[in-house]
Amino acid sequence: MKKILTGLTVFGLVTAGALGAALAQEEHSAAEPTHFPIHKPTQESWSFSGPFGTYDKAQLQRGLKVYKEVCSACHSMDLVAFRTLEDLGYTEAQVKALAAEYEVEDGPNADGEMFTRKATPNDHFPAPFPNHAAAAAANNGAAPPDFSLIAKARSAERGFPTFVFDIFTQYAEGGPDYIHALLTGYDEEPPAGMEIAEGTHYNPYFIAGKSLAMAKPLSDDQVTYDDGSPQTVDQYSRDVSAFLMWAAEPHMEARKQTGFRVMAFLLLFGALIYLTKRRVWSNVAH
Amino acid sequence: MSGGHSTYTPKSGIGRWIDARMPLPRLVHDSFVSYPVPRNLNYAYTFGGILSIMLVAQILTGVVLAMHYAADTGLAFESVEKIMRDVNSGWLLRYLHSNGASMFFIAVYIHIMRGLYYGSYKAPRELLWILGCIIYLLMMATGFMGYVLPWGQMSFWGATVITGFFTAIPLVGTWIQELLLGGFAVDNPTLNRFFALHYLLPFMIAGVVVLHVWALHVVGQTNPTGIEVKSKTDTVPFTPYATIKDAFGMIVFLAVFAYFVFYIPNYLGHPDNYIVADSLKTPAHIVPEWYYLPFYAILRAITFNIGPIDSKLGGVLAMFGAIAVLFFVPWLDTSKVRSAVYRPWYKLFFWLFVANAIFLGWLGSRPAEGVYVALAQISTFYYFAFFLIIMPVLGIIETPRRLPNSITEAVLEKNKSGGAGHPAGATASPETRG
Repeated sequence: MKKILTGLTVFGLVTAGALGAALAQEEHSAAEPTHFPIHKPTQESWSFSGPFGTYDKAQLQRGLKVYKEVCSACHSMDLVAFRTLEDLGYTEAQVKALAAEYEVEDGPNADGEMFTRKATPNDHFPAPFPNHAAAAAANNGAAPPDFSLIAKARSAERGFPTFVFDIFTQYAEGGPDYIHALLTGYDEEPPAGMEIAEGTHYNPYFIAGKSLAMAKPLSDDQVTYDDGSPQTVDQYSRDVSAFLMWAAEPHMEARKQTGFRVMAFLLLFGALIYLTKRRVWSNVAH
Repeated sequence: MSGGHSTYTPKSGIGRWIDARMPLPRLVHDSFVSYPVPRNLNYAYTFGGILSIMLVAQILTGVVLAMHYAADTGLAFESVEKIMRDVNSGWLLRYLHSNGASMFFIAVYIHIMRGLYYGSYKAPRELLWILGCIIYLLMMATGFMGYVLPWGQMSFWGATVITGFFTAIPLVGTWIQELLLGGFAVDNPTLNRFFALHYLLPFMIAGVVVLHVWALHVVGQTNPTGIEVKSKTDTVPFTPYATIKDAFGMIVFLAVFAYFVFYIPNYLGHPDNYIVADSLKTPAHIVPEWYYLPFYAILRAITFNIGPIDSKLGGVLAMFGAIAVLFFVPWLDTSKVRSAVYRPWYKLFFWLFVANAIFLGWLGSRPAEGVYVALAQISTFYYFAFFLIIMPVLGIIETPRRLPNSITEAVLEKNKSGGAGHPAGATASPETRG
């Protein structure tokens, strides 16, 4: 038995040593990193985080403005219908007017012809390119991704042990944190010796490499805010990230509110069942 | 245990009429009311009940989701998003179903570990254990096919990788793979047959669950002491005792389930599955759902050829072997003593096994490169050594602790020594003890 114990100790030490080596190996050279993103996104504070989080409607409206005036030139948002913009605090009439700014293709009509008409609230955001190939052709071969779900489809790896703590802190904002970090991360200079491919732009927060095809999309004072919010890249990034989170998860508020009721019910019901259980078992040693 | 004759007496005329013709109420009464269970069952024994409600929950949410889902590569992704956005409470149904799968696996892993710890697989419960292993296998198949249905990037590439395993089998491998795929690559026929099978398999699980419960009710439950029930004082009737305890276990479990569904519904998923499947774009790291990660690590740990077996086939054999070995556990364990409570060394190796399995899971999520491969090999070795070396050898050389003569004796002994720190033990205060 002593031998087994010694064996186990050796096994444990070997494992610990190997793990240390693994972690040491992850320390990559600054000039040619192998793991991305090079920098982890900072954890921002969002109105919609936590168990009682709600969307800040003014922020979503600003984010929509940034999307409309900047992002939508290249990025589609196929899954989002205009009618759902009422969630942002717009009235039915405002949504109708907003939809009418867009032209969509419809048809065929009675003559068998396709025609364009003004969009109605039931239409979805029209895509900037007719198809994937056209989008790729216009953008140096890399089609800009659709934005409907981007806030749930991107998240920098959290790593151990952070991913364990995330359960208890209810961290679910990896998407907006990533988008914000990426949009504000263009100003950093690449380290000396790093080669950046022609036509790409260094961004240490990019999830899939050291540089990406998209150039810095936002600059200060590019979009005019009516509510006096600062017209900075940081603010634009924050607002559009929040808007994209809403676009990806439009029923988040209902989810968290239902969750509170469900948890309260389960807690109360569980307490009653526990007391009943104690009562039932009180006459039996077990 | 259920060998004793039925105590059911119908109270009404209609009850007697039915009982004489089709005694279903009698079966229910004998199985879930008067059925005797050991009095010392702890909360680890509530997971059977938890698993049955999880199965029902998955079937119910799944049937409704199927009403809105379109099994077509051009429509699947959007139909799931339509459920999330436009179907009334669709987001709730879908999050319940996707997180429910994870919860189902958490529960089944605890259930299996409970069995391994208390030696629940030993005679006469070998068939009960094997039926459980079959359920677990069916669950894995169901979970895998379900993950393909949303038609995201991980759905597509996970399906490509996992069906690719079968090509490692000599002679018939490619034929099996093409049969699974309905073609040469993952495409519309694959999605269609996976949807059909994903809808079918849960009902097969339900069928095997009936056999599992039947077998259980023939041989009776084990208990933490591992000593068989000897007299009536060792047991309590299922209702109200087990019913209320199971109910409490279920509610605690449902609270954990709800926490995930309502607050971190995407925590257990992969962000890439919110990108529509693209056969031309391989994700940086293809990883299966978390509940397959230990087996994925074992698969990738075999990086060397063993005689005529190349590393690919070796990996697949090791992976399937890791599940197949569970079927032989009743005969691999040579110990005369059932419960780990009385087996100090087995207890130690058991907890090492649990830690090792979790570690394997983490390794499965890492890229198969550098030191991770060596670590996975060490962990894989321990996984198999636990079943193939430790279990048979330890049963012969280990000196178990003294066993109590009966469940009742064990319970009374425990209560005499205080039972401090055990909330359930505290309830049996002397004034109220019957």
